Amino acid sequence: MQVVHLTVTDVSGTTQDLVFPTGMGLSLMEALKGAGYPIEAVCGGMALCATCRVDWVEGAVSDPTEAELDMLDTLPDFHPSSRLGCQIRLESLADGKATIRLNPSKT
Amino acid sequence: MPPKAHGKGSACFFAGMMETDVCIVGAGPVGLFAVFELGLLRLKAHVMDTLPVVGGQLAEIYPRKPIYDIPGYPSILAGDLVDRLMEQIAPFHPSFGLGQKVRGLEAVEGGRWLVSSENGDQVLAGAVVIAGGLGCFEPRKPDLVGLEALEGRGVTYMIRDPQAFRGRKVVLAGGGDSALDWTLQLVDVAEELTLVHRSSAFRGAPESAARVQALADSGRLRLLTSTSLLSLQANGEGWLEAVLVQTQGQETLSLVADDLIPLYGLTPQLGPIADWGLALDASAIQVNTETYQTSVPGIFAIGDINTYPGKLKLILSGFHEAALMAHGAYRYIHGGAKPSFKYTTVTGVKGL
Repeated sequence: MQVVHLTVTDVSGTTQDLVFPTGMGLSLMEALKGAGYPIEAVCGGMALCATCRVDWVEGAVSDPTEAELDMLDTLPDFHPSSRLGCQIRLESLADGKATIRLNPSKT
Repeated sequence: MPPKAHGKGSACFFAGMMETDVCIVGAGPVGLFAVFELGLLRLKAHVMDTLPVVGGQLAEIYPRKPIYDIPGYPSILAGDLVDRLMEQIAPFHPSFGLGQKVRGLEAVEGGRWLVSSENGDQVLAGAVVIAGGLGCFEPRKPDLVGLEALEGRGVTYMIRDPQAFRGRKVVLAGGGDSALDWTLQLVDVAEELTLVHRSSAFRGAPESAARVQALADSGRLRLLTSTSLLSLQANGEGWLEAVLVQTQGQETLSLVADDLIPLYGLTPQLGPIADWGLALDASAIQVNTETYQTSVPGIFAIGDINTYPGKLKLILSGFHEAALMAHGAYRYIHGGAKPSFKYTTVTGVKGL
């Protein structure tokens, strides 16, 4: 089974190493939610609410789409490392690993 | 005694005060299908929605996108699914209050409910079904200390009448189309106009961005890019006096301001429903999975807006919830009497 390794720091600053299977088409948001992180994902993955936002610390990943950039660009506290978890497929992590920090947008 | 259905065959688009069996809040796919399930049990429905059209997210967000997980349709465009649902519920002649944001919910005698909208319309219903989907889209607010205390006292998220800003010192914040458009609208009205944008470039319409840049170059407005809002300053009477911003070079500027208009797009919120006293979990309404009733008897919640163990936000799940809700609502309205269950294949669909 193909897997990805994620190092995840939550909003309280706690860091965990997690392993997720690829090949199921899971988004990063879905994987993190499944791992028990309290991600609201109000819009269900349509790049509308930014409650699944993460800051990308390390690891190769696909470039954001226009829809994702449009959403990120409206946020008052966006910075260049911001990504939306719902728009990132686990399969798109080219090295099979990444380090991220949860940074949900306040709704 | 069940409430009497009002105005059989009456005008479809109703405004004013009305009476119905069930008031459905939300005209998305699940709210629409609820009309069908209620109709099978001879319950008449009135459907309200903030949007001016039926379909909810399907109409507003992705009408031209295909949906692949509707049983029987390997692929159906979201907009087409809405059309089919409207066709399916037509025999039950639901009434619609569209373009109406629901505001209040009040218990009245006989276990009934009075639902009111922001524009003053009222619906007296035997039961209420919240099929609100994502909720309503509200302005996204920047994370600034003391922001809420200054709302209506210099901080505003909507521009209804540009003339209200005549002769005032205005700070706009944001970089999308609406920030650019309002900058162009207010430049001739405001005494002093500043646009603060966190990025170095605008993703909005290039021609608007170019016009804003040209106005900035000619000194008609102050354009601060790569700059973020830092804090707000109020005067002794509690009105906005200045907006402090921070540039990329970590320099802090104080902008004297009568008005701050943050334009950071819209974000889905529960809205007024959050104040209805229903048990919530994060921003979803808790329901039981037997009838999809909320913590308040007579108030039901179906579709994306509810939550329960194992909840999946699927249209499919919302349809199932609508069917069980209808039986629950029937029992509530008829004082506990169970509706008889019939297959539509056996009985057909009798309209209302």
